[in-house]
Amino acid sequence: MSGGSGFHRRLVALIRKETRQLMRDRSNLLVGLILPLALILLFGYGLSFDVENAPVAVVMEDSSPIARDTVAGLSGSPYLAPVMVGSMAEAETLMRAKKVDGIVRVPVDFAVSRATGSGHIQLVVNGADSTTASTIEGYVSGAIQTSSQHMADRAGGGAGVGITLITRTWFNEAGNSRWYLVPGLLVLVMTLIGAFLTSLLIAREWERGTLESLFVTPVRPSEILLSKLAPYLVIGAIDMVMCLLCARFLFDVPIRGSLVVIVIASLLYLIVSLLLGLLISGATRNQFAASQIALLASFMPAMMLSGFVFDLRNVPIVIQVIAQVLPATHFMQLVKTLFLAGTVWPIVIKSCAILAAYGALLAFLTRRMLAKRLD
Amino acid sequence: MSDLITSVGSVLALIRKEILALVKDPANRVVLFAPALMQALLFGYGATYDLTHVPYAVVDQSRSAASTAFLARLDGTGVFRREATLASNAEIAGLIDSGEVLLALSIPADFERRLTDGEEAPIQVILDGRNSSTAGAAAGQIGTIAADYAVSRGASPPITIERRAWYNPNLESRWTLMPALIAALSLMQTLLLAALSVAREREQGTFDQLLVTPLTPMQILIGKAVPSILVGLIQSTIILLVIRFWFQIPMNGSYWLLYLGLVSFTGAGVGLGLSISALSVTMQQAMLYTFISIMPLTLLSGLLTPVHNMPEVLQVVTFINPLRFGIDFVRRVYLEGAGFADIWFDFVPLLAMMAVTLPLAAWLFRNRLS
Repeated sequence: MSGGSGFHRRLVALIRKETRQLMRDRSNLLVGLILPLALILLFGYGLSFDVENAPVAVVMEDSSPIARDTVAGLSGSPYLAPVMVGSMAEAETLMRAKKVDGIVRVPVDFAVSRATGSGHIQLVVNGADSTTASTIEGYVSGAIQTSSQHMADRAGGGAGVGITLITRTWFNEAGNSRWYLVPGLLVLVMTLIGAFLTSLLIAREWERGTLESLFVTPVRPSEILLSKLAPYLVIGAIDMVMCLLCARFLFDVPIRGSLVVIVIASLLYLIVSLLLGLLISGATRNQFAASQIALLASFMPAMMLSGFVFDLRNVPIVIQVIAQVLPATHFMQLVKTLFLAGTVWPIVIKSCAILAAYGALLAFLTRRMLAKRLD
Repeated sequence: MSDLITSVGSVLALIRKEILALVKDPANRVVLFAPALMQALLFGYGATYDLTHVPYAVVDQSRSAASTAFLARLDGTGVFRREATLASNAEIAGLIDSGEVLLALSIPADFERRLTDGEEAPIQVILDGRNSSTAGAAAGQIGTIAADYAVSRGASPPITIERRAWYNPNLESRWTLMPALIAALSLMQTLLLAALSVAREREQGTFDQLLVTPLTPMQILIGKAVPSILVGLIQSTIILLVIRFWFQIPMNGSYWLLYLGLVSFTGAGVGLGLSISALSVTMQQAMLYTFISIMPLTLLSGLLTPVHNMPEVLQVVTFINPLRFGIDFVRRVYLEGAGFADIWFDFVPLLAMMAVTLPLAAWLFRNRLS
């Protein structure tokens, strides 16, 4: 019998064993198939930066018509829900009790100062939630500038002198935050499968001593490696299809790039992520340490440092370097581009080359880790 | 009385054994305490929504004193950096697609004339919407700069909005995020620690031996819970020190109240972890069940996106999430200096969770022998 068919026979046997082990434990299937689905729904519906109907207290210390017209713009905004309040003290009480997210105060001398110059309006926001605070600031100032523009137009004082910005946001015209969060979901789910499902595989065999028994069989390290990869690759592929279907049909996120490229890149990242899990597992030989490291080395960075929500342009250079070392960062950039912008070949080639290099490196290291050696 | 002393003594012995088992392995010592420090530093710098670097391209068809002055104001912010000066609008697409620039400005030929004549002068801004938050923030800043410049050219001044942000005067996103990490980072590891503590003994067969000792399930439970709570509190303290002294974010509240909250929060987390532990037969299962819980706990906690932006149904679901209340009280005590009267409500769900999960775990210990 030739060596080639021996390889084939042993590999099939090992894959069958790994698959049985995978199927036998319900928790694996729960993480492999149910958790991704739950995450997709949580992400799609739960995560949003888009503030709607934020309650804002309005304190009118000046009740002149010009002041009234100016704040009237607030009611027109779909993002704000203004509440008229008698005094500043009352408004501050509401804000402390978290009943309102901001206070707009029109001072006594507003009409006078507006007639002679710019006019001041005070806005108080709660900085403890800086994201909401900035968003509300943007909406309030937008609403007030719009209404003051209308007033100027009505007064017939000539069209607005000044610079107008005509902004066009490419790839996400409506500025919907879901569009940039949902593609990142694919990255997180692929990371999750790799980190959580495979990181205990080798450590468990070391702890139970079954890996040493494998060493006395004709099985080769590369066969162990492939057999531990194959069943999880199938699970990951199912998750990928689920993610893509939900993104497209449930959340209406466009897929503007080539679907074939998305699938190939995802499989590539899935392999990298599975191998990283196996490497952690083989390097620690201890299930407790392996699980902690998998959480800390793969999942947390993928969520916090890959550009998933926090734009890497804003972080210091050291953090950028660390982020560039993570495979998740490259896949994240690629996925967002492929979903929203289209197939931009320079990014596709660069990211896929980096992922392939990681795959080769990790496969080499993991294979060495599995070399038949006792210590 | 002597019974009580014996029982306290045996619980203490168990706690001592658990702590020793935890820290005798050098790998464990590193894995339990180094990550808290590293993550606090990494995420402190990395997790920010504040714009610091916006590369842009410009198509300046006006080539006038006005457009030069406007661009100089933009460059003067230190945030906007001109990466390319393009000859035509057709070149914009390539630079934005490849991500080299976040935005492109197109200034029309009649920009200066319109400004001088007191007409409206449009500037086109094309933004990369792949990260809609960054794009929106950059557009907002350009708008402010443009308005300022227009006023300096004699436009009628717009209404000034004086912003005052309570508790975080410069609205730095780091101030919002970092205190939340005191709760979020420690929860993940303590949950995993608690979940693995019983599962490991189950897998190695030593848990059955523990059950036949004179210790009651409640005593075993306390012996398992206390070390995990201690680890959680130490991790929180490490993160707290980084925030207070490295990032120098001012602490406005009482440390006593903060720790009172952290103990209930970590207790609720450990209760959850031990229940998971009691439900799992192997370490693999314990770990996977923990991860299944960690993900929704994190996403629905208000760590990344505010809870009140979520749909009503999910907001209700967050009431069984200890992290939601942990983050809320840490932020409010740390940043807002809230007193007990302001945040007592956060303790209700946390204590309720402890009251449910800890006895549940004790009951499961006894009634789930594989």
